[in-house]
Amino acid sequence: MTTTTTLPTLRDEPLTIAGRAFRSRLILGTGKYRSNDVMVRAFDAADVEMVTVAVRRVDLDRTREEGILYHLDPAKVFLLPNTAGCYTAADAIRYARLARAAGLNNWVKLEVIGDERTLLPDVAATLEAARELVADGFVVLAYTNDDLITALRLEDAGCAAVMPLASPIGSGLGLVNPYYIREIKRRLSVPVIVDAGVGTASDACLTMEQGVDGILMNTAVAEAQDPVRMAVAMRHAVEAGRQAYLAGRMPRREVAVPSSPTAGMLD
Amino acid sequence: MSTTTSSIEITLNGRQRSVPEGLTLTGLLEHIDIHPRMVVVEWNREIIRHEHYSEIVVRDGDVIELVHFVGGG
Repeated sequence: MTTTTTLPTLRDEPLTIAGRAFRSRLILGTGKYRSNDVMVRAFDAADVEMVTVAVRRVDLDRTREEGILYHLDPAKVFLLPNTAGCYTAADAIRYARLARAAGLNNWVKLEVIGDERTLLPDVAATLEAARELVADGFVVLAYTNDDLITALRLEDAGCAAVMPLASPIGSGLGLVNPYYIREIKRRLSVPVIVDAGVGTASDACLTMEQGVDGILMNTAVAEAQDPVRMAVAMRHAVEAGRQAYLAGRMPRREVAVPSSPTAGMLD
Repeated sequence: MSTTTSSIEITLNGRQRSVPEGLTLTGLLEHIDIHPRMVVVEWNREIIRHEHYSEIVVRDGDVIELVHFVGGG
């Protein structure tokens, strides 16, 4: 006989991208951590299954740390290469192909940036690169803005997931346009994963409440005072937001409705 | 005219470098002490698969990029 009670398991579908199922709806980036040790502990604490990595020149002077594969085991966590730093479709395509040549997978988080100050995407170039990479057999997860039309076009182009930003990369401004994100989620058939701009747990929770399929964040965890604790917070926040969404929230009202009965009051 | 050491000039990761003549890509990686499994090689803008490293001879003027995965968002 058991003396502990357990909560019922709240069922949810896995996050499925290109036929691959992920239990966790939180994806983390591997950049900006103060140390690889903190990064690995944060990933354990967040219980992530997928992280992003960038493609860069090997430092032949060995003044910088070694590549990420020294610290992460691709057999335990899915490594999603990105095309960060690319400002043209041609560059993004080149970087995607280099990443694929590493032999881990044929997935790419496609980013083509249009502006250095805001790091907002160049959506025309992103569409162009997406079409070519899809034709070349890549599984493309496309970073984009919160424009519905662009999101639809990326889906039509064959992207396996569309990743609209919450706010600019590294800004920590949270979800600036919930209406647009909700509409994108309503209209697309492929997974919608909000990427960029999440700053703290409430941002993540609010984002998941919009009904999106997952969140990708990097700076929010890496630049927290205590990244491991923030990773835990984010794990809970993503779960909380997801359950709240599935639960179906109460309506908002502009008048009060009492929670205690009005009948039975004393004279 | 003969030279006692044959070396060639290549561009490696954006920098000019002298390397011994006659190296294959495999030999080049050994020469600079890089393990082949950890990098992706782009040779004159062409991505070369690992199994072909020993077939390609590095020539004067070659532009070679060695890349790998690093932390990023």
